[in-house]
Amino acid sequence: MKLNKSIAATFALGAACVTALVAAGARAAPPAEECDIPQSLVESEIDLPRVLTEIKDKHRLDITVIGTGSSGLAGSEGARYAYPARLNDALKARLSGSDIKVTAHVQPKQTTAAMVSGMGKILSDDKPALVIWQAGTADALSGVEPEDFRASLDQGVEQIQGANADVILMNMQYSPRTESMLDVSAYADVMRVVAQQRAAPLFDRLALMHYWNDEGTFDLYAATKKYDMARRVHDCIGRALASQIINAAHLDAVRIQTTR
Amino acid sequence: MFAKHMLVRPLAAASAPVLAGTERDLRLDLFRGVALWLIFLDHIPENFLNWFTIRNYGFSDATEIFIFISGYTAAFVYGRAMRERGIVIASARVLRRAWQIYVAHIFLFTIFMAEIAYVAATFDNPLYAEEMNILDFLKQPDITIFQALLLKFKPVNMDVLPLYIVLLLLFPPMLWLLLWQPAFALAGSALVYVLAWNFDWNLPAYPNGVWFFNPFAWQLLFVFGAWCALGGAQRLSPVLRSPAVLAIAIGYLLFAFAITLTWYIEPLQRFVPGWLSDWMYPIDKTNLDVLRFAHFLALAAVTVRFVPRDWPLLKSPLLRPAILCGQHSLEIFCLGVFLAFAGQFIIGEWSGGPLIQAAISLLGILIMIATASLISWYKHMEGRSPGSRVKSPDADLAGGEA
Repeated sequence: MKLNKSIAATFALGAACVTALVAAGARAAPPAEECDIPQSLVESEIDLPRVLTEIKDKHRLDITVIGTGSSGLAGSEGARYAYPARLNDALKARLSGSDIKVTAHVQPKQTTAAMVSGMGKILSDDKPALVIWQAGTADALSGVEPEDFRASLDQGVEQIQGANADVILMNMQYSPRTESMLDVSAYADVMRVVAQQRAAPLFDRLALMHYWNDEGTFDLYAATKKYDMARRVHDCIGRALASQIINAAHLDAVRIQTTR
Repeated sequence: MFAKHMLVRPLAAASAPVLAGTERDLRLDLFRGVALWLIFLDHIPENFLNWFTIRNYGFSDATEIFIFISGYTAAFVYGRAMRERGIVIASARVLRRAWQIYVAHIFLFTIFMAEIAYVAATFDNPLYAEEMNILDFLKQPDITIFQALLLKFKPVNMDVLPLYIVLLLLFPPMLWLLLWQPAFALAGSALVYVLAWNFDWNLPAYPNGVWFFNPFAWQLLFVFGAWCALGGAQRLSPVLRSPAVLAIAIGYLLFAFAITLTWYIEPLQRFVPGWLSDWMYPIDKTNLDVLRFAHFLALAAVTVRFVPRDWPLLKSPLLRPAILCGQHSLEIFCLGVFLAFAGQFIIGEWSGGPLIQAAISLLGILIMIATASLISWYKHMEGRSPGSRVKSPDADLAGGEA
């Protein structure tokens, strides 16, 4: 009797496990689109006037992304999965009817000062309406003084705004494993200040990824050689960026007006 | 001999009343102990408890308290040595202290390297290809270790002790000057601070950049602490008693608090006028921004006002743990840095929620207290507990710490 009971119990338990696994698998499998993005992190009190007029009057938007290693992904298909390309797709989906073009200029290990020296050419080649400028990590890595970093950043933003483009500053990735070796907080502070002083929205990638890690959306502490998590993170960053652009340029309102 | 003739007599005459009160000021130990706890908490990035540390409520943080009190106790301990036994003996003691701190720093560096080597060996993630460049230095261990011995390579959170070493190395002549011409010494220190700001003086770091705590700037706080210990505090006391000064100090602390709030609550930023933020930012920690220094002064003024030297609670068992930690600050500081590494590691590895964070923080502080008690017991056993000046009156007055 006892034996039978235990066998029955084992079966029941096994069945329960299988059911649970199937259910979990069914839930976990597809939705790579689901990104947990808190509204407060993609809201902006600062407008993107140039983006608004481009979409409203010309139904097009040329975006240039300037950044370092963390704006790209390695591998032959890296560019396709990195956030600039994901932003392109996300904006196309949300602003159907407008011509969206995202051009990425990603150069690993470039300090902000180096990016500024190449900026004139990029601006005259691309003639973007919006520049997304990711900076800070390379400077923290090479120990650029925060004050010098601030000066370069300021100069670059001035140059972009001088070329009649809007600009969004993007800060570093949240990287829990390297946190004890690489302190990015001083650089993040500088970016916040420059963004505020120059009236440019800040895309707070640091806070967003920190949130994901806290919420368990992504386990950013995990060690892996595979690309799937990195791709999903970049996809979500692209989507979050798209939301921030739409919010800051008030494009939802535009779309409602045009569809009416 | 030359030194004794030159110095001791006039100095003894000049500063005798000042150093007469040799009763240990427990407030120093208390606040240094608290500062050590706060530094420990601040060094664990993933820790909700560091919302309670003072850096979130104003411009300055525990580092200012630590450096100021260190300057104060250094002058207190070695100032008397210099007066009583001459410049050579006192200088030798200061340099021995610098050497001890150097050894402690290298010990911590070894632990840090072990942690980094572990991370490098186990961590890989294409998402962080860029950030992993920070481990490049492991490819050249010969250069890295050599640069660490030269105090040029300093991992995150290991910047305070090198600053302390440099400050102590330069302390003997400064102490001599402080005893001889305190006002002149303080003015000289302020001049170096101003020159460092104007000409961007700092020491070089490896692989590039400069020291996170610029010794040319931070020396001001250390020397100011020393100046206070050698009679400056008494000279300042009429000023500190004035209600106007108290009002200004409280006003400034409130202002700093309001500004700090805007860092964390974004919608408040619109209330900070553009001219103010243009003028104010960045508030530079590396070069001990004037706003930070002023914030520390305000904090100190208010504290001194409300916590008198004979405050009864100072003798209560409630504050005893903090005082004990403050009395053995070098050991407890090093332990704190190590515990912060370890705590951060545990929180990261087992992804700790707030409960784990609180437990680790609390446990860390308990370990610090237990260690301080143990050291105290050792010293007591050897008959040189702080305060009981049995044989050498000064060597370990500050728990051996200056």
